[in-house]
Amino acid sequence: MSILIDEKTPVLVQGFTGDKATFHAKEMIAYGTNVVGGVTPGKGGIRHLDRPVFNTVKEAVRETGATASIIFVPAAFCADSIMEAADAGVRLVCTITDGIPAQDMMMVKRYLYRFPKERRTTMIGPNCAGLISAGRSMLGIMPGNIYMRGNVGLVTRSGTLGYEAAAQMKELGIGITTSVGIGGDPINGSAFVDILKLFENDPETEAVMMIGEIGGPQEAEAAQWAQEYMTKPVIGYVAGLTAPKGRRMGHAGAIISAFGDTAAEKAEIMRSLGLTVAPSPSELGTTVRDALATKRPKRKAVVQ
Amino acid sequence: MDIHEYQAKELLAGFGVAIPRGGVAYSPEQAVYRASEIGGARWAVKAQIHSGARGKAGGIKLCSNEDEVRTAAKALLGKKLVTHQTGPEGRVVHRLYVEQAVPIEREIYLGLVLDRKYERIAVVASPEGGMEIEEIAKARPESLLREVIEPAVGMTAFQAREIAFGLKLTPTQVSRAVTTLMGAYRAFRDLDATMVEINPLVVTADGQVLALDCKMTFDDNALFRRPTVSELRDYAEEDPREAQAAEFGLNYVALDGNIGCIINGAGLAMATMDMIKHAGGEPANFLDVGGGASPERVAAAFKLVLSDPKIEAMLVNIFAGINRCDWVAQGVVQAAKETELKIPLVVRLAGTNVEEGRKILQDSGVPLISADTLAEAADRVVAALKSSRVNRTSAGNGQA
Repeated sequence: MSILIDEKTPVLVQGFTGDKATFHAKEMIAYGTNVVGGVTPGKGGIRHLDRPVFNTVKEAVRETGATASIIFVPAAFCADSIMEAADAGVRLVCTITDGIPAQDMMMVKRYLYRFPKERRTTMIGPNCAGLISAGRSMLGIMPGNIYMRGNVGLVTRSGTLGYEAAAQMKELGIGITTSVGIGGDPINGSAFVDILKLFENDPETEAVMMIGEIGGPQEAEAAQWAQEYMTKPVIGYVAGLTAPKGRRMGHAGAIISAFGDTAAEKAEIMRSLGLTVAPSPSELGTTVRDALATKRPKRKAVVQ
Repeated sequence: MDIHEYQAKELLAGFGVAIPRGGVAYSPEQAVYRASEIGGARWAVKAQIHSGARGKAGGIKLCSNEDEVRTAAKALLGKKLVTHQTGPEGRVVHRLYVEQAVPIEREIYLGLVLDRKYERIAVVASPEGGMEIEEIAKARPESLLREVIEPAVGMTAFQAREIAFGLKLTPTQVSRAVTTLMGAYRAFRDLDATMVEINPLVVTADGQVLALDCKMTFDDNALFRRPTVSELRDYAEEDPREAQAAEFGLNYVALDGNIGCIINGAGLAMATMDMIKHAGGEPANFLDVGGGASPERVAAAFKLVLSDPKIEAMLVNIFAGINRCDWVAQGVVQAAKETELKIPLVVRLAGTNVEEGRKILQDSGVPLISADTLAEAADRVVAALKSSRVNRTSAGNGQA
């Protein structure tokens, strides 16, 4: 098992015929991802990378049975593409594009909640490296060879810091089930806590590494949830311990965020809630190794 | 993107927010003309820089006649103002805003911000306005009034009324404050702001509700669809290296240390800076070259970082996914040759096309120290910096 995707998941590529989408679709296919087609409005009917191209996501889903999509559409049109996929019933939408206006994301999230829970789309990203179930399927732009198949779940805001963690773990012979990049934007489709819930329910995942960044409340919320509901150990890290305070104008941001915005505060919150925190970014792998070695059974909790 | 107070006020006025009469001035003569145009007997001459706490730094002067306006304008234009938001280097004043001085009865704080927790626009208000608002928020968080706006509906009149009554305003003042709140919200939404702050919002002796100072920050990702906002950009207010970086699609922030950093991805960049500090060094900058960086973009990044005179060593740390190590290597080699690099350079490459990248570096003849891991990279750059300093010091001693 893995979370969100495996080798069977039929995948669409939105913005399929563009340069970046073409390059990464080839990489995904080479890795074993079941890419069944793509969407580029106006290019429906042609074949690209030996797969059909459709004008609309609805048509693509009807013809191919795709349940997941990856979006490479330019930022200005991205919100529309995400909503189109959600409306067509795609269950998992991964948005690689960066630079989407924050208010577009506000609208997208509102739109996703229109649908009943049974058919609601899980969105990953935007501004992320995507996700990969090691050795099975890749829905993203990461170098696939740095991920070894194993039992640790990985969830990160930063794509490249996620690569760093996966590479350090592989070096130590530690593999991963699925690695999810949730993206660095202020408003993203899935939060840390959403991914932790999936890992907690995945029988193959034995421990989870969660790598956060400065800014926003997600790391603290996820740590709180992990403490209350998770039976699996969570190893944390927060990048930006040495980052200077932002030189933002005005006070409104500081008033809203109050406590828990800096990396040091987040790491402290994680520690106080019983998570193991890696002391430096070069010890991501070794901290996971040590946590796995000393893993003690936690009390059983009921996950909802 | 930030804008000036006077620009924010003009934008807000377009959405029905009441502001005191005022006008922008670039010279003392213009300031005097503005004052006569506005009329009245008292004016505030306000330095326009992208920072709060200007009053404390001497950037706001109250004047009672034309001579005082002229003298204040002369004193402020070209002056360097240092506030806690500008940093020690300060900002030079190039523009003034001359404003009618109003008799203030009460000061209120009003802020709208993108709330990351609720993923919506949130309003915060406090009956106590002024500069100590962050302290008030810490000491008495319950005294703050908060509303989260439902994006599909927008701010409702009842939410605005609840805030206004919560601020203990009289019924006439409440209806004026509601207009201000609704206008500020619509400006935030329609112009893709990330922050609108009116501090203070004042109640005057005759019961008017006026925005006396205002700050607005905009979503850089949305500027493409807000031409009226993007043209308000004032390049004089931006760090020249940061502005240059933005042109190349680089995300650069200058810091105080002496180790120049070139990294891909914001998270890895922050982690690398953490690692440098961990190894006993000080990063000179944050730099994210972004995804799919061409050799030209990497070379531009290298030269940009190097243009900071504080730099004594360079660290390149790339974990390529959507990037390519060979392109990064080409860019580094090109820039190192063109700049005849004399200081230590440590390069760590990993990920896509790493073998090709390493070969380009080896064959280039550029003296550099390579590293395989993040820890090695940080340790080696700090060690190289120390030994190059020892060399320079001993050379200096030899000459003496």
